This record gives sequence, C-alpha cells and structure tokens, in this order.
Amino acid sequence: MNHKKQSSFKGQATWSGLLFGIGLMALVDEIIFHQLLQWHHFYDWDTPFIGIMSDGLLNAFGLFALVAGLFMFADLRRRQTISLRQWASPVFIGLAGFQLFDGIINHKLLRIHQVRYNVDVLPYDLAWNIFGVILLIIGLLLLYTEKRGRRSN
Amino acid sequence: MHDMDNMTSFLMFEAAAAFLALGALVLYPVLAHFANRRHRRWSVYRHVFWTLGVLSAAAALVGPLARMAHSDFTVHMLGHLLLGMLAPLLLLVARPMTLLMRALHVQHARRLSKLLNYRYVHFISHPAVASVLNIGGLFLIYKTGLFTAMHTSVWLFALIHVHVFLAGYLFTMSIVYIDITTRRYSFLYRAVVLIIALGFHKILSKLIYAAPPEGVPQTDGQTGAMLMYYGGDVIDLALIIILCSQWYQSRTPKPAVR
Repeated sequence: MNHKKQSSFKGQATWSGLLFGIGLMALVDEIIFHQLLQWHHFYDWDTPFIGIMSDGLLNAFGLFALVAGLFMFADLRRRQTISLRQWASPVFIGLAGFQLFDGIINHKLLRIHQVRYNVDVLPYDLAWNIFGVILLIIGLLLLYTEKRGRRSN
Repeated sequence: MHDMDNMTSFLMFEAAAAFLALGALVLYPVLAHFANRRHRRWSVYRHVFWTLGVLSAAAALVGPLARMAHSDFTVHMLGHLLLGMLAPLLLLVARPMTLLMRALHVQHARRLSKLLNYRYVHFISHPAVASVLNIGGLFLIYKTGLFTAMHTSVWLFALIHVHVFLAGYLFTMSIVYIDITTRRYSFLYRAVVLIIALGFHKILSKLIYAAPPEGVPQTDGQTGAMLMYYGGDVIDLALIIILCSQWYQSRTPKPAVR
C-alpha cells in the first residue's frame, strides 16, 4: 500500500471516530435527558431564534454523524486498516466535543435549554462540563499512549 | 370548520385522490407485466413497496385519517409525514421510472429520457433546489396564513397537498439515487444538503411548537410539532442510512490484480 493511501485511511479513521463520538453523545443526550429523565425541555421560551436554528442544525448533524461514522468504520475494518484501540481516542474526543459544546455554547451562550429546571442549575452545569473535560482527557491520553505504542514498535 | 358547500367539494377531492391511488395500484403491475416480457423479472418486493407507498399517501388524503386531519392538528401532522416523507421514500424504492422505461416501446422511452433531461427537470431535481421547494414550502404553509386558508378553499387544499407530495418525492430522489438519475452530485454534497434540510425541518417544528397556526389550540399544536420533529427523524434516519450504505458500497475495495 502506498504512503498517500495510508495517510488518507488515517484521516478517515480520525473522522470516523470523531463523527461517531459526536453522534453518540447527541443520541445519549436525547434519550437520557430529553426522554427518560425529561430534565431538558423540548422548547425553552427564553431561547432566542438563533438558538433554535443552531440546535436544529446541530441535531440533524448529530444524527448523520452517528450513521456516517459507523459506515466509515465498517469500511476501514473490511480493509483491515484500523484497530479498536486506534479508533477509541477520536471517539472519546468526539463525545467530549459534543458534551462541552452542548454544555457551554448551547446551554449557556445560546440558552437553548438548561440541564434541569426549577433547581439551582450551577452544580448541574459544573457536573455536565467536568464530565466533558474528563472525556476529553481520556481521549487525549488514549491518543498519547497509542502514538507512543506505535513509536516503540 | 367547513360549511355544507365546502363539505361537498372536499368530498370531491377525496374521490379524485382515491381514483388516482387506485389507478397507481393498477398501473404498476400492468407495466411490470409488459416489462417482464423483455427483461429480468421485476422483483416482488418492489411491488410491495409501491403498494405500501400508494396506501400511505392515500391514507393522508382519503378516509377517516384525512377527515380527522381537518380538525385535529396532530392527525394533520401524521398525514404530512405519510404524504410528504414516507410515501415518497416507499414509492422511490419501487423504482417507477425504471419500470416505465422498461415497459415502454423504445421510441417512447427515448422521448421520456429526453424529457428527464430537460434543463427544467435538472434544475428542480438539484438537491438544493428540491430542498428549498420541500422545506421552504412547509415554512410557507405553517408560518403564513396558508394553513388556515387551505381549510376554506378546496383548490388551495388540493394544490398544497399535491405540492407536499411532489416536493417530498423530488427531495427524496435528489438525495438518494435509487431510481433513474440523470444528473448526479457527490455524496458529501448531498449529505450536507440533507443535514441542512433535516435541520430546518426541526427548526420549523420548534417554531410551530412555539406558535401553532391560527385556529389550532396550543396543546394540539405542541403535540403535532413534536410528532413532526421525531417522526421526521425516523424517516430522515432511513434516508441517511440509505445514503451512507450507498457510499459504503461505492467504496468496495477491488480485488487485487495479480
């Protein structure tokens, strides 16, 4: 296999993981916080129009990302050019990306909806974003160990 | 909602829709019969998809569901999902244009192919244009007085429902290439258009939740809007899966030449 092709597969592996991670977290957000707990509201009357717009587009992107990420992963697997270990770090970074974007931009800046209503929201916001940071750290650690493992080989 | 005169004309519309649906149900197997004389047997599952597609469009226009839709916004929204999203997808999977090409005499098929290559047809089946016709049309229906007006004029009612169906079909065929496609766009391009179209479908359903069309009670409007939001997700998920699996198939590695 030539070098150019190999690096394009590496790019595909990163994108596949990131997209799947973003899509998975969007799905988890929808299922747990909107449907099961019903903490998030479908519509928050304080939301400005720009918030409604960005939320619609982001959720549409999340749905697409979930499916596209998996198909890209399947394509890499059949070519035997990716291992689960390699895939894990972009997945975690994608999970963290959605969590932090949702927690900071969506909840705080655009005020699409809050984590929970009729309570002091600060501890919830902190827990939300700290969880996001932990996911990010896991993703970066995996990236680091994976790179080091490859170098020592 | 309607006076007597109006009732009769809406019944006429129902009769016309039922007649068209019956025609579609009969015509398809007849075409398949002619196509089978010259080609490989037209598969049974396409007959099933066609029948389901026609039935789901018809359910939105004829019978109890269609009548309840006049006064119940949530049922109206269910009808919108059936007519504008589900029926087009099912019908497209049945590949009616391919079947027609096979059934027609070669000279007529050539004429049809010429028709499909008209600049106008290329233009309206461009993914971005089809999306604007589809989603933009919905914004006009629900965010202007059109929704209220269509319940007083049967012509407007017919026009809007025909538009919703045709625009839905055009959109579906511009995003996933299942039937004959004369001009093709890349996967990435169609994916971006699909995401934006789905996004605006979600945006519209939230706007309807906040402010339902005139005459629709708040709670009914909210239930309808949520049905639109999540129902749209289900059908668009099917579109996304088809689009991605076509990308996957197109990248099948070629066996190494030795």
